[in-house]
Amino acid sequence: MSCCDCKGKKPNLILDFPDKTEKLNAFIDALDIGLDRDRNRGFLIECLHEAQNLFGYLPRSVQQFVADKLRLHLSEVYGVISFYSYFTDKPVGKYKISVCTGTACFVRGAEAILDEFKRLLVIEMGETTPDEKFSLGTLRCVGACSLAPVVMVNEKVYGKVTTKIVAEIISECK
Amino acid sequence: MVNITINNIPVKVAKNATILTAAQKIGIKIPTLCHFELDCFSFEHRIGSCRICVVEVEGRRNLAPACCTPVAEGMVVKTNTLRAINARRTSLDLILSDHPKDCLTCEKNGDCELQRLAGEMALHHVLYEGKMSEYKLDLSCDAIVRDLDKCIMCRRCESACNDIQTVGVLSGVGRGFEAVVGTAELMPLKDSKCVYCGQCVLACPVGALTEENHRYHVWRALNSKDKHVVVQTAPAVRVAIGEAFGMAPGTIATGQMVAGLKLLGFDKVFDTDFAADLTIMEETTELIERLKKNENLPILTSCCPGWVKFMEHQFPDLLYMPSTAKSPQQMFGAIAKSYYAEKLGLKPEDIIVVSVMPCLSKKYEASRKEFAPNGIRDVDMVISTRELANMFKEAGIQLGKLESREYDNPLGESTGAGVIFGASGGVLEAALRTAAEWLTSEELKEINFTAVRGLEGIKEATVPVAGIDVKVAVCSGLGNARKILEKIRRGEAQYHAIEIMACPGGCLNGGGQPYARENSSILAKRAAALYKADEGMPIRKSHENPHIKKLYAEFLGKPGSHIAHKLLHTTYTPRGDVCDA
Repeated sequence: MSCCDCKGKKPNLILDFPDKTEKLNAFIDALDIGLDRDRNRGFLIECLHEAQNLFGYLPRSVQQFVADKLRLHLSEVYGVISFYSYFTDKPVGKYKISVCTGTACFVRGAEAILDEFKRLLVIEMGETTPDEKFSLGTLRCVGACSLAPVVMVNEKVYGKVTTKIVAEIISECK
Repeated sequence: MVNITINNIPVKVAKNATILTAAQKIGIKIPTLCHFELDCFSFEHRIGSCRICVVEVEGRRNLAPACCTPVAEGMVVKTNTLRAINARRTSLDLILSDHPKDCLTCEKNGDCELQRLAGEMALHHVLYEGKMSEYKLDLSCDAIVRDLDKCIMCRRCESACNDIQTVGVLSGVGRGFEAVVGTAELMPLKDSKCVYCGQCVLACPVGALTEENHRYHVWRALNSKDKHVVVQTAPAVRVAIGEAFGMAPGTIATGQMVAGLKLLGFDKVFDTDFAADLTIMEETTELIERLKKNENLPILTSCCPGWVKFMEHQFPDLLYMPSTAKSPQQMFGAIAKSYYAEKLGLKPEDIIVVSVMPCLSKKYEASRKEFAPNGIRDVDMVISTRELANMFKEAGIQLGKLESREYDNPLGESTGAGVIFGASGGVLEAALRTAAEWLTSEELKEINFTAVRGLEGIKEATVPVAGIDVKVAVCSGLGNARKILEKIRRGEAQYHAIEIMACPGGCLNGGGQPYARENSSILAKRAAALYKADEGMPIRKSHENPHIKKLYAEFLGKPGSHIAHKLLHTTYTPRGDVCDA
């Protein structure tokens, strides 16, 4: 939850990708946005979904764009992004590795698996490798508790994962 | 009306009442922590997050939070069953398990609601031990300190920032154990669009939000051998400082405060009210000029640094509207380091100007670059009313036992118009007193403009002045200011002059005042005291202040002169959502 790790250069996706910005703009304009901030707040999550689909992640420039369109404050938008694990304000790697930390997976050793991923990829939870190949995160239950512990890599599910096969999962990502 | 029973006592209450308010009606106090109410502004924050106020309601399986459970006909409530008491103790226990227990050295020691609650509930040890939050102390700005390790997630600050002030800096961030009230991206407050009004500090029940403490700097200055140290006191300080010494709210403690400041060792004790009179001279000149030319209207007052920064961030397109006159605090500093310094034969850097303000934003204002010509600040240090009370206590000064003393001259002479600056509507009233006489060249018969007085958030009036129907408005609380400004932006409202103060009720409810959070009726008493002080002054119009006249005759020429502009006026900077200044 620390400030986005942009190392001095501040990416402005809104200016850098005018075509995506135009799509997001059109999406929000099609909603019934008015002067009533409390009402506009109800549209925030769908706008953020669309924005993340378009840009891949939600850095400050995108958050600010959405905030301005909905007449909300930047802090409110960030509050929502930080609450839902689905949203991210950091760039995501080509392979998004998510370790399930739901109850069943947790008791069957999800933490040790997460630690092994951290050790091999040399990143912390919520981070992306410098080559932008892998990101590491957690999720809560994919409904496959009988296969606990579960790891998802993009859309693919790995069941009954042990620390020994973590390296294999990584090497499968080409 | 609805009939309910609380602890076997029948009570009849309004339909929209909560169990908490119903209980209050029959003298039963249910403990609360996250609940926050300001009666006089009809504001209530009830999110039921702390679970301290839980009670038993017959027929319900779960305990109900009294602060946000509405009453219903025939409801039977028990507030002190063993189950309710145990649940409360557990909640408190859990809150304390992630709260630093360094009360002795906490800035809010003695003013902390959590500390008091723990005392009242006689919790003798904390059962739960576990992980503790570890956040970095935010010392980024000159006004407010945030220590999130102490945050109990009551979210009262968020409510003050977003709902009352609409500044929108604070929001609930993260979830679960990692949840905290923070800024976007948890950026330092200095980088945000915070205006440092300090309403969050007033709302915070614990030590998570406090002022940046400048007391020690003042002690050091007072003990320096080669500096001439002067102090100025803002109007609202004199009607609130007594509260810290057990005086009744609304006590005017001006003379005793002056005596206390002299005992602390200030070389001269001056009054910001003098500079308030000076502000009226400059601002009214500007008002009349704009009225005559019928341009750049409405003129907005510019005394309040919180409001000025709010405008710079949120209404940068309307920056031509505020008066260019500096605030009284800064005018005082500029005059002290020019006119006054010359009189004493001192260099500006040999004088230290200390301000005592009801405000936290004044700390920030004094640090703005434009108020430090040649790198020498006009105002060197700013302490709040609370900090001054602390200094008095540290020095063993018992305010109530002191003989009253008078302010020093020449910068201590003031009028009734200067003192009402501390209440919402006061600046405008003071300006109208002067404008009316200047425009008509006749003596004003009725000098009390009561239509602009009171704690209401938005007051409007049409005042006939010399044949012109001057349309005025007074807003206090930035949420109210936003309403008026958006109307103006849309072209739906026309005014000639608007007074805006960031804090609801004006400076008397500033972020640096003694805490009045559980009894907002104190605010009305402070306001009444300011108007009483005004009535008690021999001179009540700024332009009649003899020392102001002398200042113009000897030094400034006339209001709006070249030198007046150089020393007493300023410019504004448009800022975005994120502060980069």
